[in-house]
Amino acid sequence: MTGWTARETAAALRRREVSAVEVAEFFLDRIQRLDLQIGAFLAVSREWALQQAELAQKTIDDGSAGPLSGIPVALKDNLTTREIPTTCGSRILEGHRPVYDAHVVERLAQAGAVILGKTNLDEFAMGGSTESSAYGVTRNPWDTDRSPGGSSGGSAAAVAAGFCPVALGSDTGGSVRQPAALCGVVGFKPTYGRVSRRGLVAFASSLDQVGMFGRTVEDAAFLAEAVSGHDPGDSTSIPFEPVSLEPVPLKGVRLGFPKQLRDSAIDPDVARVVDAALASLRKEGASVVEIDLPSIELGVSTYYVIAPAEASSNLARYDGIRFGPRVDGDGHVGTVASTRGKLFGHEVKMRMILGTYVLSAGYYDAYYHRALQVRGMMAAEFEKVFQEVDWVVSPTSPRTAFRLGEFADDPLALKAMDLCTVPANLGGFPSLSLPCGASDGLPVGLLLTGPAMSDGRLLGTAHSIESALGPFPAPDLG
Amino acid sequence: MSITLDEVRHVARLARLELDEAELLAFQGELNSLLGRCQELQSIDVGELSPRTHAVALTNVLADDTPTQGLDQSLALRGAAVTRAGLFVVPTIIEE
Repeated sequence: MTGWTARETAAALRRREVSAVEVAEFFLDRIQRLDLQIGAFLAVSREWALQQAELAQKTIDDGSAGPLSGIPVALKDNLTTREIPTTCGSRILEGHRPVYDAHVVERLAQAGAVILGKTNLDEFAMGGSTESSAYGVTRNPWDTDRSPGGSSGGSAAAVAAGFCPVALGSDTGGSVRQPAALCGVVGFKPTYGRVSRRGLVAFASSLDQVGMFGRTVEDAAFLAEAVSGHDPGDSTSIPFEPVSLEPVPLKGVRLGFPKQLRDSAIDPDVARVVDAALASLRKEGASVVEIDLPSIELGVSTYYVIAPAEASSNLARYDGIRFGPRVDGDGHVGTVASTRGKLFGHEVKMRMILGTYVLSAGYYDAYYHRALQVRGMMAAEFEKVFQEVDWVVSPTSPRTAFRLGEFADDPLALKAMDLCTVPANLGGFPSLSLPCGASDGLPVGLLLTGPAMSDGRLLGTAHSIESALGPFPAPDLG
Repeated sequence: MSITLDEVRHVARLARLELDEAELLAFQGELNSLLGRCQELQSIDVGELSPRTHAVALTNVLADDTPTQGLDQSLALRGAAVTRAGLFVVPTIIEE
């Protein structure tokens, strides 16, 4: 069953070859047996999962099954769940039981999915390695001395390790696509607004988007279809129908590679793997041209002004009063400052100080306002390029999975690795990473980014690319 | 341009973060390296370009004026560190 895709599992369930409870038990047992070496999950609820599986089986038996009935799913622990705690990987939300389910959790329940548990993340999704979680690191299933990437490292590792066929994460600057690349799975960030953010704990509201992990493009699309669509509870939700894969043959597809990324910090081995993949797509009739995106190199700077600014405002709500633990201090301000100072981790505090700084009097225009202008400039460059090519392509991450602790003394170098992924968040574009080969036994991801609302065609193109490149293996965990 | 330790202390106070001296020093170093990188934004000619605050420009999004069930009081209070008589307990704000 580990090798089954979500679609294959759904088909086997419909044919009664296996029951929803057997499927849930299989994955729960696998997690129990193997997650000690990975650390993908922060919480697994066997009891709740089996209840959901029994309910799913009933709907399969009486013919009222939803599209995902009986399919196990893992959720990044910044998606709110009433049944089990939502911690965001932070001590400031230790044991926190939200009062409502995220929109995507409601949608999964309607579709019949079986939620197995919550996965590890960088604290409040701020990071690219899943090392800043207050509850320990997650390890890459391809090499447990290495990071799975982040911030949705738990969800990416869970899918790669065969703990669940599909999982949800969130992507603010690449937090779905980068870990997907480093773990050798598919990661999809839809157009901003196509999936409701209600119940996705806010980090940077103008950039955050719920994303999907699967071992195949079809599975990522399967999950996206179930959770996307309009939600009146999120005022940035686009009133449009759910995302659905639209077949796109490779012949005639125009791919554009930004020339600015040619001389940048891309590891030569990663570049070679991506070039080889692009060469085989050419043979299938796709064209690959060099494109000009001058602002792309400013993406990281722009992102690290805008995202912390929004975060400093969003995270003001954690004061130890209405939810979460409290650390007493001197008076009201002292208690709030003490709670936040003691219970937030280093990276989160750093970003809040940075965000407060760039929004403060005297610096607002120099940093924040200017970053928003550059954001507009970059988005306009992409929109212009999309008139010449169908998709912008590049490696997803400039490097393959790095060693745990490798960036402990150089946090800026880790942030600089967001180079290829941040433009899609700044522009709101749909973007997807799929495995395109390996370097020294570690997966390399190919990133495709398209114009807003092109999600269905993006998935269809990625599906054709995946077929052309052939299946990507899974790591051997026993 | 670099950020001083006093500025870090001031901004941390604005952000309601109680930090010790070692943390302040660590943040000063990290902020200077990150803000140093962000300096590149200063050299870009942005002209009269208007700032882009959002990815997708939806305007005038309003909900229908229909009453819905709000949160139950006990549910709203369930995550609070200290409650009393159906209320959140906050540290004293106004001293005598």
